[in-house]
Amino acid sequence: MKKNMTAKILINLFFLVLVAMIIYPMFWLVLNSLKTNSELYDNSLAFPIKAMWGNYKRAWDVGLSTYFFNSILISSITIAATVFLGAACAYGLVRSKSKYKDIIFFMILGGLLLSPQVALISLYKLLAAFHMYNTRWALIIPYIAFRLPFAVFLMRSYFLSFPIELEEAAYIDGYSTFQTFIKIVLPISRPILSATAIMTAIFVWNEFLFALVFIEDKAKMTVPIGLSNFKDALATDWTVLLAGIVISSIPMLILYLLMQKNFIKALAAGSVKG
Amino acid sequence: MKFGKKNYWLYILPAILLIGMFVYVPILQNFYFSLFKMNSYTDEKIFVGLSHYVRIFKDDVFYTSLKNNITYALISVICQVGLGTMLAIILESKLTGRLRNFYRNVLFIPSLISVTAVALLWYFIYNPNVGMLNAVLTKIGLENLTHAWLAEPDIAIYSVIAMSQWQYTGYIMILILVAIQKIPSELFEAAEIDGANVIQKALFVTIPNIKEMLLVTSVITVIGAFKLFTEIYVMTMGGPYNTTQVLGTYLYQSAFMFDEMGYASAIAVIIFAITFSASIFQIRMAKSGKG
Repeated sequence: MKKNMTAKILINLFFLVLVAMIIYPMFWLVLNSLKTNSELYDNSLAFPIKAMWGNYKRAWDVGLSTYFFNSILISSITIAATVFLGAACAYGLVRSKSKYKDIIFFMILGGLLLSPQVALISLYKLLAAFHMYNTRWALIIPYIAFRLPFAVFLMRSYFLSFPIELEEAAYIDGYSTFQTFIKIVLPISRPILSATAIMTAIFVWNEFLFALVFIEDKAKMTVPIGLSNFKDALATDWTVLLAGIVISSIPMLILYLLMQKNFIKALAAGSVKG
Repeated sequence: MKFGKKNYWLYILPAILLIGMFVYVPILQNFYFSLFKMNSYTDEKIFVGLSHYVRIFKDDVFYTSLKNNITYALISVICQVGLGTMLAIILESKLTGRLRNFYRNVLFIPSLISVTAVALLWYFIYNPNVGMLNAVLTKIGLENLTHAWLAEPDIAIYSVIAMSQWQYTGYIMILILVAIQKIPSELFEAAEIDGANVIQKALFVTIPNIKEMLLVTSVITVIGAFKLFTEIYVMTMGGPYNTTQVLGTYLYQSAFMFDEMGYASAIAVIIFAITFSASIFQIRMAKSGKG
């Protein structure tokens, strides 16, 4: 029993050290985001004399507000289209009697294995040819295309276990295929739709490479690129940049707090990084 | 209208067209581009055959990049999957008591912050003059351990790698935690009746039952290592002296800074070969694991 107690204390100590290693850098970030630049240079470990909330306002005004708007707009359209088109495709593949449906499914699955980097140069040329380069569509369309294989994969396995009797009942009530899909199938599939939405949101809020190459205009940039440009734009104004880092981290933390359970489920179902 | 004879092509087509047009076509085209000398301003292409590939295998920066990707992959698998599994097993063994959920949530938080934000944060933490790391080391009397973490060629890449472990170990831990929770509790109870201690339970019950998740997390970590881009771009841009260059940043710089799109396409083909075979490996192993 005593031995067990010592083990418990040691393990908790070990975890507390890990917790400190995780929390302290974030604490240091928030601390310095509230300082003046001279305080930061003086001693970055000290507390601010007076909390400079103005740093946050400045970070927001100097560009973050625009980047947030773009990220929210682009992620909303991407999420809506990925979820809807993904669900339609997965549903069609499950219910279709076509002999080609397995080949099509494998083709879609193949899309999961392809790294976006490999398409970068060709996409750049393609988007230019379609006159989409440097528009928000230059991000939205490739994002949807690269998230769809995952969405279809996730939702297909869900629809496979879907009781067909429900749909048959709807047909007897005179619903069309489309009405059945919208009014019966989609509402019951909410858990898997939200899992897909969460994974898509994480992807869009993180995506860097396409956003870096396909957008030139500051007014159309998303949060990751805008933030990384702060590094040069605010070369001497570090505390404002630190405030910007804090602001940009808030949406995902809130999303996690609001839907912890679904979030973990989505990650486990997805098991895909970045 | 009879059920089962409906036409579902309208449901399937939009997704297929998008994937075909914006995923498959560009990737196939990339193979083709790698055989040409071309730049971003004109459509003119000069056929050079496989000479880009010959050049790649003589290119020192390519080998540095590849080595950095591999180092990143190895350390990430050991730390994120290895340590992550250990942490998950300890958390699930209930030895941590009441604080279990607190530990779990705190360790997970860094993965919720975007890579860009984390990379910028660590860019400051590593700053030799005002950064947290040197300040803390000085404060606790370890002044001789202070470094210009991102500017010294010998350690810069390890500084970047360390940051990723900080960010993602908790994420992998959560995935493994979920897998452990799916193990039927009877298995643990049976092991307890047989007198197994904590370590024996971990080795003979937990690990064999989460084999598949260990494999999946290892492969996604390796694939992630070869997709590495943002961290390097934000923190070092491949410097100092290309010592932190990785395939992703080298591809980007070749294409959009040195304007050698054909050569960059050839680098992309190498990335494709590595990530694609890793994915195929994952699928095959997952299948055989189930059977």
